[in-house]
Amino acid sequence: MIVELGHFALVLALAVSLVQTVVPAIGAHRRDAQLMGVGEPAAILQFLLVGAAFAALTYAFVVSDFSVKLVYDNSHSMKPMIFKISGVWGNHEGSMVLWILILAMFGAMVAFFGRNLPDTLRARVLAVQASIAVAFLLFVIFTSNPFVRLDPAPFEGTGLNPLLQDRALAFHPPWLYAGYVGFSMTFSFAVAALMEGRVDASWARWVRPWTLAAWLSLTIGIAMGSWWAYYTLGWGGFWFWDPVENASLMPWLAGTALLHSAIVAEKRGALKSWTILLAIMAFSLSLLGTFLVRSGVLTSVHAFAVDPARGSFILGILIFFVGGSLALYAWRAPMLKAGGIFAPISREGALLMNNMLLSAATASVFIGTLYPLFLDALTGEKITVGPPFFNYTFVPIFVPLLCLVPLGPLLGWKRADVMAAAERLLAAAGIAFVALIASFAFFHEGPWLAPFGMALAVWLVAGAFSEVAWRIKLFSTPLAESLSRARRMPRAVWGTALAHGGVGICVIGIIGVTAWSDELITAVAPGESAEIGGYTLTLQGVALRDGPNFDAMVGVVGVSRGGRDLGTMLPEKRRFPAERQEKTEPAIRTNGISDLYVVLGEQAGNGKWVLRAYRNTFAPLIWIGGTIMAIGGLISLFDRRLRVGAPTGARMRFAAQPAE
Amino acid sequence: MTRKQRRATFIATSLGILGLAVGLMLFAMRDSIVFFYSPSDVVERGVEPGQRIRLGGLVEQGSLQDFGDATLSFNVTDFVETVTVTYRGVLPDLFREGQGVVTEGAFGEDGNFTATNVLAKHDEYYMPPEVADALKRSGQWQGEGAEASHAETYGQGSYP
Repeated sequence: MIVELGHFALVLALAVSLVQTVVPAIGAHRRDAQLMGVGEPAAILQFLLVGAAFAALTYAFVVSDFSVKLVYDNSHSMKPMIFKISGVWGNHEGSMVLWILILAMFGAMVAFFGRNLPDTLRARVLAVQASIAVAFLLFVIFTSNPFVRLDPAPFEGTGLNPLLQDRALAFHPPWLYAGYVGFSMTFSFAVAALMEGRVDASWARWVRPWTLAAWLSLTIGIAMGSWWAYYTLGWGGFWFWDPVENASLMPWLAGTALLHSAIVAEKRGALKSWTILLAIMAFSLSLLGTFLVRSGVLTSVHAFAVDPARGSFILGILIFFVGGSLALYAWRAPMLKAGGIFAPISREGALLMNNMLLSAATASVFIGTLYPLFLDALTGEKITVGPPFFNYTFVPIFVPLLCLVPLGPLLGWKRADVMAAAERLLAAAGIAFVALIASFAFFHEGPWLAPFGMALAVWLVAGAFSEVAWRIKLFSTPLAESLSRARRMPRAVWGTALAHGGVGICVIGIIGVTAWSDELITAVAPGESAEIGGYTLTLQGVALRDGPNFDAMVGVVGVSRGGRDLGTMLPEKRRFPAERQEKTEPAIRTNGISDLYVVLGEQAGNGKWVLRAYRNTFAPLIWIGGTIMAIGGLISLFDRRLRVGAPTGARMRFAAQPAE
Repeated sequence: MTRKQRRATFIATSLGILGLAVGLMLFAMRDSIVFFYSPSDVVERGVEPGQRIRLGGLVEQGSLQDFGDATLSFNVTDFVETVTVTYRGVLPDLFREGQGVVTEGAFGEDGNFTATNVLAKHDEYYMPPEVADALKRSGQWQGEGAEASHAETYGQGSYP
């Protein structure tokens, strides 16, 4: 019964979003306040209905109602509760319902917080947002209905892919989707602005927090996905330039560009039409990402179901929204008034440079990801574009961008003195130089480019500090004065410094793992030892262990360094009887700076066990850096300048707290 | 700086970056792309020693050999031609004899294929599309074998 109610709620949501698409748009056209007023209650109702459908589906998973085909296909009564719940979105149909739920949530947030937006703009934003919901609700209801029943109902489900039964992965899709779908909001604002034919500072001020929220969710989602790939796939790597990873990286790059160009549009009224184009591109790339992973054109752990009807449907949605919005852009963008003249060397110029390099980087990922698909479709030739392609294209484009990052925030608006800014970065440059020498001295065996990368990373971190130090006049005024300046400094400045510093920390990790890691593949009998990066690994034995829904072969590996015992590591090979699949579970021992990573392989004929081990220098910094970037975004999001229409009293109380 | 000069600077910079990006991509396209070969392709078209390729097909029944020092060998076949693959490392969880596999590596001067990656992220119902195509071309396609089930949710990725 509850399942049928969920299905019914989903169909009702479709009807509501149809109304929400048409009525407010007509209202905005005719300047009819009553018709425009339909938008807000419709958006909230739509959110409640999709929420009800999602809750019904979750209920079916929680109680293991195997009469629902989706539950039968993706769950098992023995599965731990957290994976029963994450199983809701661990499949094609459920994940699309989650997608729509987040979409509706963003629409409801505009209805809720957007009371101070101009009426016509709000009505149009809600209408555009609802039109996306219509497309995806049609998609779910007609091609991917999650509420299909089975008759007779089976007694037991077939289980969830063991790779997906993982705590970090359980929350990777919601974050990733919040990012993807968050860009729908900026897209709706961009299309609404094109309909209005007008972009002003208040528009940009509205778009920035949504971009920031989407960007920060996407950052967390990508970091979680990469962390999961690192600790679960047993390959010791963190990024494989796999098409599904690229599908999430492209909107992130475009979103990062949008984040920066929106600043120019807000502060200086320049780059407006470029900002709109970027907003359209960021969401288009999100849609492309959804298409790539959902249509089955790419085969991966993400391609849950290969059904041509679904692929063509999403392709249709993609063409409609991308083509439609770009056509609207071509038609209306020339009407937007250009504003804000600036010299090439200025804050605006630096942000434009950032945008150009980020767009070029996005393009290189786009080509590398889609070229094999086009080639296959046109000639039938099967090729793979792997890491070397991206090392030759993406990396050379990204390195100059990273070199310029510390400089940008120190330049003044309109026209800047580059020498003055460079002077403020002297200390950072000095530290980077020391880092260069130190890494050459310390890691003399690795590739010669790596110390330069290290210097670049340290330059980013030190540059972020320099900006803060300059703004609070550290060392040039008494400490108390600096501290009070630090307290009064806008949160957005802290956010920028943290995010830029986070990039640097992430780069340290990437360079460490790529250049200075050790790998060991060996076969050892119980009692035998092997050496890796100064550690001695001793296989003490192999035993069986029972898990909740699996049994595991556990290798007991003693770790010691220079004769000092450091405890044991327990890599596993798990067997999931319900799913009839196996999964290796690496053991990772970390000291916060570097990881020791051990995988248990097969038993060879002579009774020896294959062990694969890595020592990954600086690996944890990759995700620590990503987290710092996201925290920077979060702090910026709470900048009072971005909180439109917040009551003054509350605002002052908030601002009085010291930012961390 | 006049308005015109300013505009010229912006246009020159963006063209410069565009040119750089295109140049890098063309350069990278030339020698960092990996082609897929079936065992028959290898015999028909030939592969230069040292050139990285993806070799895919079925793991021949009974061909898996274990040398006891973490080195393995197995035969990849499309029932017309067969190539022996040597690999050092841990096989993927879903590597099985008789099932589809994609390996990435290169032929040595001695004509032996050494794989650096073995991709077998499929299960008993799933066939990597490249392998399915290769089998269809060699006329050995038997169909999916079993009816599609939830198991096809589990794809063979280009995750290593």
